[in-house]
Amino acid sequence: MPEVLEVDRLTKAYPSAGQALTVLRDVTFTLEDGDTCAVVGPSGSGKTTLLGLCAGLDSPSSGRVRLCGVDLGALDEDARAQVRNRYVGFVFQSFRLIPTLTALENVMVPAELRGNREARAPAVDLLGQVGLGDRLTHYPAQLSGGEKQRVALARAFINRPRILFADEPTGNLDTETGEKIIRLLFELNASAGTTLVLVTHDHELARRTGRILRLRGGEVASDERLRSEPAAVEKEAGA
Amino acid sequence: MKTGGGIGWILSMAWRDSRGSRRRLLLFVSAMVLGVAALVAINSFGVNLRRAVDEEARTLLGADLSLEADAAFPPEVEALIDSLGGRQSRRISFASMAYFPRTKGLRLVTVRAHAGDYPYYGAVETDPPEAAKTYLDGPNALVDRTLMRQFGAQVGDSVRIGRRMYRIAGQLLKTPREADAAMLFSPRIYLPIAGLDSTLLSRGSRADFEVYFKFDDGRDVEALGEALRPRLRRADVGVDTVGEVRDNWDEGLTNLYRFLGLVGFMSLLLGSVGVASAVHVYVRQRVETVAVLRCFGARAWPTFGVYLTQAVSMGLFGAFAGSLLGLGVQVLIPRLLADFLPVDVAFSVSWGSVALGVGIGLGVTVLFALLPLIGVRKVSPLLALRSAYEPEREKRRDPLRWALYGLLAGGVTLLAVAQAPRPLVGVGYAVGLAVVFGLLAAVAKLIMTLARTYFPSSWPYVWRQGLANLYRPNNQTLILMLALGLGAFLIMTLFLVQRTLVRQVELSGGAGRPNLVFFDIQPDQLEGVTGIIRANGLPVIDRVPIVTMRIAAIKGRTIEDLRADSTARLSWAHTREYRSTYRDHLTDAETLVEGAYIGVMPEDADVVPVSVERDIARDLGVALGDTVVFDVQGVPMTTRIASVRAVDWRRMQTNFFFTFPTGVLEDAPQFDVVLTRAPDDDASGAVQAAVVHAFPNVSAIDLSLILSVFEAIFGRIAFVVRFMALFSILTGLIVLAGAVIVSRFQRIEETVLLKTLGASRRQVLRIVAVEYLFLGLFATLTGLTLAVLGSWALAFFVFDTPLVVSPVALLLALAVVTGLTLGIGLLNSRGVYERPALEVLRAEG
Repeated sequence: MPEVLEVDRLTKAYPSAGQALTVLRDVTFTLEDGDTCAVVGPSGSGKTTLLGLCAGLDSPSSGRVRLCGVDLGALDEDARAQVRNRYVGFVFQSFRLIPTLTALENVMVPAELRGNREARAPAVDLLGQVGLGDRLTHYPAQLSGGEKQRVALARAFINRPRILFADEPTGNLDTETGEKIIRLLFELNASAGTTLVLVTHDHELARRTGRILRLRGGEVASDERLRSEPAAVEKEAGA
Repeated sequence: MKTGGGIGWILSMAWRDSRGSRRRLLLFVSAMVLGVAALVAINSFGVNLRRAVDEEARTLLGADLSLEADAAFPPEVEALIDSLGGRQSRRISFASMAYFPRTKGLRLVTVRAHAGDYPYYGAVETDPPEAAKTYLDGPNALVDRTLMRQFGAQVGDSVRIGRRMYRIAGQLLKTPREADAAMLFSPRIYLPIAGLDSTLLSRGSRADFEVYFKFDDGRDVEALGEALRPRLRRADVGVDTVGEVRDNWDEGLTNLYRFLGLVGFMSLLLGSVGVASAVHVYVRQRVETVAVLRCFGARAWPTFGVYLTQAVSMGLFGAFAGSLLGLGVQVLIPRLLADFLPVDVAFSVSWGSVALGVGIGLGVTVLFALLPLIGVRKVSPLLALRSAYEPEREKRRDPLRWALYGLLAGGVTLLAVAQAPRPLVGVGYAVGLAVVFGLLAAVAKLIMTLARTYFPSSWPYVWRQGLANLYRPNNQTLILMLALGLGAFLIMTLFLVQRTLVRQVELSGGAGRPNLVFFDIQPDQLEGVTGIIRANGLPVIDRVPIVTMRIAAIKGRTIEDLRADSTARLSWAHTREYRSTYRDHLTDAETLVEGAYIGVMPEDADVVPVSVERDIARDLGVALGDTVVFDVQGVPMTTRIASVRAVDWRRMQTNFFFTFPTGVLEDAPQFDVVLTRAPDDDASGAVQAAVVHAFPNVSAIDLSLILSVFEAIFGRIAFVVRFMALFSILTGLIVLAGAVIVSRFQRIEETVLLKTLGASRRQVLRIVAVEYLFLGLFATLTGLTLAVLGSWALAFFVFDTPLVVSPVALLLALAVVTGLTLGIGLLNSRGVYERPALEVLRAEG
């Protein structure tokens, strides 16, 4: 299968008190179309840093990221933005909805950025799929945490991304709501055939993916492959 | 297709993103409205004023051509006047005492004696109207309205000028060539020339002789004026044409309204700083949104475009609203300046000025908003994942930011130059503003540093929390320092300078100094005048003989020579009439700068050793040892500069450009000035009445009169300037309100948290009160300190007088501005405490 994400000897260091603080060291892995992968590890292990680098939100100190065949290191910030718009979806722990936009408008934003003038219909459809068909004109402040994250899910899928990065998507939700969101996430992911990179502290949640990448002190401590068929994930999640 | 945000997306995103903030954005931009309004009002008025001056140029002169001299025209000029033909009118103007017998009022006035139909254009407006024509038919007078009011005189009463009694035929309402303010200095009385008391024009008295022409044959009067000027210059006769008068007024009035424009410009800048600050906070609140947009593929410039669109919309709204308000305010300006204008200015919309106002308003708003806005380009999408710290270094490195600083400095200077009477004034103004802004900003930074470094840890919690708000993130210290400090600085500088100047005049009449001057006393009248003064129980403090003379030659070259030489620097100082005295000593208002003061004419000397005043010596280009030949009423007298003096002209006494030693001028035709001191207005009035009754040609100046005139003039100017400063103050208050509202949004979460942790309403309000109390105090104190320093500099360098500081006014200003800050701060904080915690946290989240 074609590789969606190729991470090669990725290192990230920040200057700190006159010295370089390495938060990620020599991380290498690849993901193919439809793969699901959880990145786990204790706080400060470099999970979010890895996610940011893989999604082209930040530049590595050394190493290389190829996203959908595009070498991100060769691109400037605007070009990386275009790559994200074309191939990437995001779900954040704290939802990151734009407070001045309605639920529908929030979902439409990535499609509009692509220049799609017909974004409304698919956005309404997606919001219907996540159970918010009656909340189209509500603003984020008028929605509960779970509802906000469902809007964020719809937004993540509006451009039919090839890869979805989810950063602790249930971190700000109670268990019951979190469970519903995860189920929805896997359903949407499976139906769209999207590759999923999920950063989480939750080992139960991690085990629902096909692969677990454990980070410790910025290095890959283990790379555990649980299964290779994304469809199995769907079945398990739905069970 | 290139993704990441096209024009359509930018526009729709700008509209959507402004939801919930539009009222706030309008409040911020309203800070611009007043500045734009002031500029549009002043510039539009200026256009109308120029049009009025152009349209009424003939009425400004009242004739096609006028000739003017400070002595009766010599026979050859009279012959020329005859040869010019046309219709002619004569006028003689001089200062004299006017006495109103019914009310026993006495005052120095300017008498204008007329013969002929002048004015040919425009009209002398009188009450009753027919008096403007009929007063010439007999011994009638037209008396300035303010003078009539001052002495309670009525039409039909008598007024005595010299030895002649006139019947008041009407009151003067409006006269050609004269603005109302001139009447304050010296009220006018119109008389017929026929029957004028000739003693009033005796030798030594100053009088202007004019002849006005009206030509019905369509000749080119401007060309005639050009042709006459060189011929008549030799005879010291000035030539005025309509074009010349129009140009003079144009220049003077342009300076006036441009100066007012500068004051308006100040409020525009203050508003801009407010907008910049508000946009700064607004952008800070949008950082997460920008990061999310970047995550989903928005490119840097389209994202920046979203907020630029909002800024441009704000600027457009502010500029249009300001222009509309400006047109409304414009109606007020002619009333405000009525006393200083020679023409009636009709209201009409100057679309050019409106366009300029909209352009400037929009340009300044966008320029100032751009500073915080360009940061949007640099927002990292990583911020959506985690709140990262953006290093300040990157900000400083951004070349666009530096280009913007340059553009701002250049733009502001350009605007100031365009608005100033002279380019150098504009540059000076821009530099001065930069210094004041810089100092206020520096003090703000210093206060924040000091509050942090020497934080009073032992103070009660409420005080510590309030004080800490001055330097914590999202503080409003800098913007409030600028807004409040600038307002306090402006108003107080104006006030202190006014106080200083008034005090200076008051001081010149201090105890023991003369406060009443009698002048134009003929030698044979001297004994009589001093006798009357003494008989009234007043001292004769000084008696000063005065001899009138002109310069005939200077350093071996005659004035005629100099006139003929186009390379020679010939000024008014060369051709004016000098009134000199002779005495054997320096007065206490004089200081010897160079040479030796020779008080008595040496017996063996051929030339007369004279003393010259420093400034006039510079104008004449003479130094110690140079020769000056004076024409002392027909007799040439060769003199040598023996000393140079500095003269304190502010003293209420007779001061001279040239003084002679005794033993030279005693026999020359001369008149005297006598100085005395009256303890009160009654004594002053009584002695003036007695002297003028006995010697009608003698005039008197009372210091209290000068003071009242000075105060009236300054009061009117100050009123106009204060009116314009009001725009700055109101702008300052709007900026203050805007800043407080911004901080309210920023502090709302904190308040809710404090409330959740158990803070009472009283405690929350007290924290707010302490913060604004400190802000108001520090800002006002800085503004007032700068005002004292600025006024001192003005007093020392420009007015050459010690500054008069008014502690009461300073304390009052401190209390009022601090109180206002506190009040607005508390007013805006109301309601915050009552808001449910959940609602607040959700709204902000």
